[in-house]
Amino acid sequence: MAPDALAVLVFAPLVAALAVIVAPPRATTALALAGIALTAPALWVVTAAVLGGEVVEVALAGAAPPLGIAWRADGFSLTMAWLTFVVVAFVSLHALASFPSTSDAGRRFWPMWLILVASVYALFLSADLFNLYVTLELVTLTAVAMIAIGGAPAAMRAAMRYLLLGLMASLFYLLATALLYGQTGTLDLYQVGERLGEGALATTALALMITGLLVKSAIVPLHVWLPAAHGKAPGPVSAVLSALVVKVTLYILIRLWFWAGGALDDGLAAFVLGLLGAVAIVYGSIAAIVQTRLKMLVAYSTVAQLGYVMLLFPLASTAAFRAVTFHVLAHGVAKAAMFLAAANLLAALGSDRLQRLVGADQRYPVNVLAFALAGVSIMGLPPSGGFVAKWMLLEAAWQSQGWGWVAVISAGSLLAAVYVFRVVALAYAQPRPASSVRRPGTTPRGRFGATSVAALALAVLAIVLGIASAPVLSLIDLGLPPGMAP
Amino acid sequence: MSTEVVYVLAASAVFGAGVYGLIVANHLMRKLLALNVMSSAVFVTMLTVAGTTPEGPDPVAQALVLTGIVIAVAATAFALALLVRLVQETGLVSLRAKDDDGA
Amino acid sequence: MTPVAIETTLHPLPLVVVLVSLFAGLAIAVLGEHQQRLRTVLNLAAAVVKLALVLWIAILVVGGSVPEFRFALVPGFDLVLRADSVSVLFASLSAALWLVTTVYAIAYLHRSSNRARFFGFFSICVTATMGIAMAGNLLTFFVFYELLTLATWPLVVHTGSRAAVRAGRTYLVYTLGGSALFLLGLIWLYALAGPQDFIAGGSLALVDLDETRALQAIFVLVAIGMGVKAAIVPLHAWLPRAMVAPAPVSALLHAVAVVKAGAFGLVRLVEDVFGASLTSDLGLAQALAVAASITIVYGSIVALLQDDLKKLLAYSTVSQVSYIALGIAVGGALATVGGMVHLVHQGVMKITMFFCAGTFATLLGVTRIDQLDGLARRLPWSAGAFSVAALGMIGLPPLAGFVSKWYLGAGAVATGQLWVVGVLVASTLLNAAYFLPLIARMWLRPAPERWPGGTTPSRLVVFGLVAPALFTAFCTIAFGVLAGSSYSPLDWATEIVRGYVP
Repeated sequence: MAPDALAVLVFAPLVAALAVIVAPPRATTALALAGIALTAPALWVVTAAVLGGEVVEVALAGAAPPLGIAWRADGFSLTMAWLTFVVVAFVSLHALASFPSTSDAGRRFWPMWLILVASVYALFLSADLFNLYVTLELVTLTAVAMIAIGGAPAAMRAAMRYLLLGLMASLFYLLATALLYGQTGTLDLYQVGERLGEGALATTALALMITGLLVKSAIVPLHVWLPAAHGKAPGPVSAVLSALVVKVTLYILIRLWFWAGGALDDGLAAFVLGLLGAVAIVYGSIAAIVQTRLKMLVAYSTVAQLGYVMLLFPLASTAAFRAVTFHVLAHGVAKAAMFLAAANLLAALGSDRLQRLVGADQRYPVNVLAFALAGVSIMGLPPSGGFVAKWMLLEAAWQSQGWGWVAVISAGSLLAAVYVFRVVALAYAQPRPASSVRRPGTTPRGRFGATSVAALALAVLAIVLGIASAPVLSLIDLGLPPGMAP
Repeated sequence: MSTEVVYVLAASAVFGAGVYGLIVANHLMRKLLALNVMSSAVFVTMLTVAGTTPEGPDPVAQALVLTGIVIAVAATAFALALLVRLVQETGLVSLRAKDDDGA
Repeated sequence: MTPVAIETTLHPLPLVVVLVSLFAGLAIAVLGEHQQRLRTVLNLAAAVVKLALVLWIAILVVGGSVPEFRFALVPGFDLVLRADSVSVLFASLSAALWLVTTVYAIAYLHRSSNRARFFGFFSICVTATMGIAMAGNLLTFFVFYELLTLATWPLVVHTGSRAAVRAGRTYLVYTLGGSALFLLGLIWLYALAGPQDFIAGGSLALVDLDETRALQAIFVLVAIGMGVKAAIVPLHAWLPRAMVAPAPVSALLHAVAVVKAGAFGLVRLVEDVFGASLTSDLGLAQALAVAASITIVYGSIVALLQDDLKKLLAYSTVSQVSYIALGIAVGGALATVGGMVHLVHQGVMKITMFFCAGTFATLLGVTRIDQLDGLARRLPWSAGAFSVAALGMIGLPPLAGFVSKWYLGAGAVATGQLWVVGVLVASTLLNAAYFLPLIARMWLRPAPERWPGGTTPSRLVVFGLVAPALFTAFCTIAFGVLAGSSYSPLDWATEIVRGYVP
């Protein structure tokens, strides 16, 4: 039953996507929601099997690798798949209102949205390098299409830049895959490392692959495409780009590094990756602080937050793995909430220039609250998922006596506080009395619609993650890399 | 020098030329072409790999090339469509014309 | 005497008492701006329920049990909510003062905007304070300590004016900076000694550590985190600036929650983590005593120079709160009792003065000291309450402040630290120097022809402004006069200290 559930996970959204294209527009909402909702029971079944100690595997159409396609789910894939489900479910709720299925934009949005969801699931389940390439391309192409969906020139330029860099990165990855296959005769993610010898060719292949993945993950200094792409995309798209899409390549990198049997386990390379992460944290935060537009600020915050993931490579311990995985979850949920709240404020105020936010709390309290709650998690303050992640990461860094990493983690959350509170303080500030004298009882109230609910629900979830971390961590513990004991 | 080394060197040169073109070119069409040049280099590498196994040509690598070509064609078509829209909306064929802080 | 781990009983009460005001806060936020009547009812009901629950806990604690609730927060580390006698001292102070502050705040803000947000965060503040009171280990303490920062910030910037936003920024720079160091100290402590719950006499005394330098560094890191909120010089600068907040917020910051949380944290750090003897062996008690003394004298001197009433009160707080730190730093039974009991005494005295200052500003527009002339003729009850509290601060027998100072002084003599007596005398003289002129102005000078401004609200609102101050002024007298009776703050503090100092 569990292997079938794996197929449902990918095919439910995929079939829904095709159905949405051919079915009349009024059926879109039902089809799309069904496609996404069906993945929940499927995930549940797989989770139950994995909790029972299984590693769920399936070879599609009975064809075994390397020619066939094999999917494989362990705790790590499942953790990421759950993140996908939660983020996609709430962001879809937002999209129902912001991309109504009867509108022109809605008709273009929903098929691509569902294909993106199917591709992300498929990516997390893929167990071979070429499969990962195919799913990665699907994710990139649908993501680019959705950035450009509104047709605004700035968004299209951002989409084009993302597309060019994304395709280049994919080709780096694909070239590396070819070289690795030539060296080892396998595409299996879990075997490549074991069979890979030393040598210039192997090193070149790995360097190409890592570079390609870092471009797609927007790790400083390869982040140039991200702020505009995430900042100019429509709200639900930004949310899912920052919460999921940039994480998928980091997922592949972590898989390669820790599951591939130590081929990449190189102290210097690990240190360099960690250093890039540290630079990302500091640079991204400072760039966020100096932004003048809300969505660009949130986008640069993503650049910074992705840096924490890179600290896993030098720390390389069970504690660090748990911390970083938890960080990916907490950041995914919180950042999705933040982008949705920012998009709602943008829609309500007509501009996301920060100065326009003055007094926003009186009119749009729900969205400001959602932004602030998500901000608590981004800053890593208790009680929130971000705090649990930061605590575990600090502990891991402390245990390995990485004082530099400790300093960066601490500094990162203080810098995050600067940009988060900058936004909230503006929203709480009183507008200049010159504009209009406010009379009590006449303030227009913000609409408490689905878009606000989606943002607030995700933000609350980011906080709840900090209190109910135990079950999540037990799932993560099932997916520890080989050689790491819980 | 064995044939495969020649192939690999040729592929590297072509790949390098593609990367160079992608970075240096200003016109988006040129950038797209550069990407296609890069993919050709990757396919050459794959075919080299396919031809060098002791048991004769490797079907897996050839399947990879086929799939790769399909994806490259799809991605190029998509990129061209986006380029056409971009030109229609802005009249620009380059990304460097303006900063990204437009509305 | 080696400290022993205490027997606790599993009980949901400590959790419930924390959650009551959280739910009240959420409900108030959800209700929105216009449900004024319901909001008032909810506010008062939550405050009364909380006070009742704290009393229930107090009864359990008197009966000898230590109710506790715990669950795993991060792997290996529990969130522990536990009510021991120290918790009850702080919790009952906060719960009681919250009730009166709520009454006052409802009256004070009767025409203000954004009241749903204000009272929502106000309730969450008290949630955090209860969590701090009930925290059974440093991690739990940290969690609620940070929650307190987050919940007080919107109150500080409540008016949304430029000055308020700037004060909010200063507040964050200090508190978040301090808590980053606190967190590092915490991680270090747990890396060294493993997860530890509070134990009277010091949890560190149970593990044999030969790490003098590391322990000193940990203490300093955590103490800086506490010291920021306790406004120990030079970490105090946020407090006077936060005076732009509405008067009930000042009362909350100075008497019920923030400053007290910092001082309470120092108590926990010294008595329940390091233990008095280890703190003293590491040379940290001396350092803390010196820092507290400098703060006491500095705060009083700067208070002398103020011409704004709320600023004067702020610097007076800087000075007075450090009595608590001084008491535990001097050590020995008597001084520790003096410090602990001052936690309560400073609370009731200072809150009275802030209530009155807010009333003066609301009803007469009086904010500066030179405007106080003849004020007692217009507002005799408020002026009376203010005067009682001020005399208490100076340490006039038999008021509450005298009891604190007496025990502190006696403790200093008993432990042979005579210089502390000097600090106390200097502080008392300075207190008199800045408070007596205020009292003299109010009662002896003629009233001006016209008051600077103010409004004339309904009688009910005036009652809501004056009655809380009268109640806390009454407490100032009662806690002093009845200090010797059982279950007085002094008696309770003495009972606590029996667990700390054999």
